[in-house]
Amino acid sequence: MAPLIPSSQPWVEKYRPKQVKDVAHQEEVIRVLTNTLETANCPHMLFYGPPGTGKTTTALAIAHQLFGPELYKSRVLELNASDDRGINVVRTKIKDFAAVAVGSGNRQSGYPCPPFKIIILDEADSMTEDAQNALRRTMETYSKVTRFFFICNYISRIIEPLASRCAKFRFKPLPEEVMSSRILHICNEEGLNLDREALSTLNSISEGDLRRAITYLQSTARLYGSSLSSKDLISISGVIPQDTVQTLFAACKSGEFDAANKEAGNVIAEGYPVSQMLYRLLEVIVSSDDISDLQKARICKRLAEADKCLIDGADEYLQLMDVVSHTMRALCDMPQDMKFH
Amino acid sequence: MLWVDKYRPRSLDKVTVHEEIAQNLKKLVSEQDCPHLLFYGPSGSGKKTLIMALLKEMFGASAEKVKLEQKAWKINAGTRTIELELTMLASTHHVELTPSDAGFQDRYIVQEVIKEMAKNRPIDSKGKKGFKVLVLNEVDKLSKEAQHSLRRTMEKYSASCRLILCCNSSSRVTEAVRSRCLNVCVNAPSDEQIIKVLELISKKESLQVPPGFTERIAAQSNRSLRRAVLAFETCRVQQYPFTMNQAIPPMDWELYVSGIASDIMKEQSPKRLFQVRGKIYELLVNCIPPEIILKKLLSELLKKLDSELKHEICHWAAYYEHRMRLGQKAIFHIEAFVAKFMSIYKEFLIATFG
Repeated sequence: MAPLIPSSQPWVEKYRPKQVKDVAHQEEVIRVLTNTLETANCPHMLFYGPPGTGKTTTALAIAHQLFGPELYKSRVLELNASDDRGINVVRTKIKDFAAVAVGSGNRQSGYPCPPFKIIILDEADSMTEDAQNALRRTMETYSKVTRFFFICNYISRIIEPLASRCAKFRFKPLPEEVMSSRILHICNEEGLNLDREALSTLNSISEGDLRRAITYLQSTARLYGSSLSSKDLISISGVIPQDTVQTLFAACKSGEFDAANKEAGNVIAEGYPVSQMLYRLLEVIVSSDDISDLQKARICKRLAEADKCLIDGADEYLQLMDVVSHTMRALCDMPQDMKFH
Repeated sequence: MLWVDKYRPRSLDKVTVHEEIAQNLKKLVSEQDCPHLLFYGPSGSGKKTLIMALLKEMFGASAEKVKLEQKAWKINAGTRTIELELTMLASTHHVELTPSDAGFQDRYIVQEVIKEMAKNRPIDSKGKKGFKVLVLNEVDKLSKEAQHSLRRTMEKYSASCRLILCCNSSSRVTEAVRSRCLNVCVNAPSDEQIIKVLELISKKESLQVPPGFTERIAAQSNRSLRRAVLAFETCRVQQYPFTMNQAIPPMDWELYVSGIASDIMKEQSPKRLFQVRGKIYELLVNCIPPEIILKKLLSELLKKLDSELKHEICHWAAYYEHRMRLGQKAIFHIEAFVAKFMSIYKEFLIATFG
């Protein structure tokens, strides 16, 4: 492998906190883990929370701090969704790794080196239920020599028996001040110029996801040079402009099918992702005061169905049209079903 | 040579429709390096043109000398071996392929074939451009597993390989892949832009175009530049010099679909349904994608219906298209849609006229 060209290294990796105490805004987790570092003992852990809040970072940082670079390879097994994690892997690879006994490490290297190994299962919610079930007994049998770290976005997709075996930690979405301070730190390091308006735009388009914010920042810096404006950020992020959403919503309100059809066609032609459009529509609908609860419920039901269809790979235009037509019927109090009698 | 190819902009400087994007791309590759890229936008908006121009900007004229390769791969997947045949376009610097051609086996293509190509870095005497470019078409048609496998490949071999992904709808590309790429949204050209391009072509071909003619082509093209240029050339072949009210021929299949639409508007009976089945088969064997047939059928029907029926039909079109995606045989679902339409329409007719 050739040496990485320094500029091509993603900033997300470059500025990933190396130590547990550097992780932003997750006090409880950090307190527990610092304690772990001192006593060299820890339970199985389950980290959950929205993307970009530092779950993987924390898990990697604690593993590095416990074992140091030398032992890391032999003590830590990291598996994420891109690895095959079917039931076979759980039965062979994970079990084999978990079964190996380790001595209580030598403390000369300056790391605690507790006498156990760590298996990090990133994106554990994408594991099949069978695979999770196969893990149950493995966790208990080898609990003397192995600790499991599960990382997931949705705790409801982890089966109860696994969840009850772990200490659970919820990672909170990052509030604006914390995000801003991190972003400004990176801007300082990279010599970027970010004004106040651009910063708040970046905060709003990334929705508490620090990784996304940093990715946007890097892409924008690449394209537009060192001084960034909020307009540049929006064009990079591919966020649908508020006007477009409002126009579509207004077309729904007008009750004229053909006008709405034309607007929906425009949305598709402009290349906006429909899944995002649905989300933005939802925001507009939920927050507007002049729509009754019943109407909102009717619209939301259809939005959810359309989202599922999109995930199945259905056509974007047809789904958007269906949502628009339902919204229109709900807003103009037309009947939901055709009755001819 | 078709005009579509003849007047395709070859370099980023000559791109007329998406000038801003082209300039940004140029800036991007000017530092001898580029991130992974994801181009998305409706068809006929110029994604491919931009990609080809970008490759030329990066590697010079040699990127244009491509050869078509038909390669057979033997993939060892645990207990069995899978044989896949794959067509790809390759130059010395880049390889272009459509992994979704492999159908449900696309995962193996991503895991084995693409990985293999990504691993081998090209040898370059000058010591720069130490990476090759893989252009993947129709990423949105890849299965979820394949997309998940893609993301590790993207990270692991980022030193020796850049991916350029190209797709129609970015909703179908997983967030994980999207967040690893610089997303480039290529929107469909507006009518004015299409008119400008058509005028440019007519000037180069030294044609006399009556006023309002290009406008009509643009309006009929549905904001697809490719269709507009093709229609323009068809008109040129059919009749030249152009006359003021020369008809712009629609595509054959479109005529056919609107024929179907008026058929089912006229009569709603099992017999008519059977006749329509034959016509739909005719379209399918001519390789018109089923969802396009359904969409066109819907838009033809919408033109003729009362507004209260429009909502209903629109809903069922979405419903059956979704079912079609989950199922295997497209004909069932298109036919089901036709039957549903017939029953709703008949009921409506009986209710209104007795």
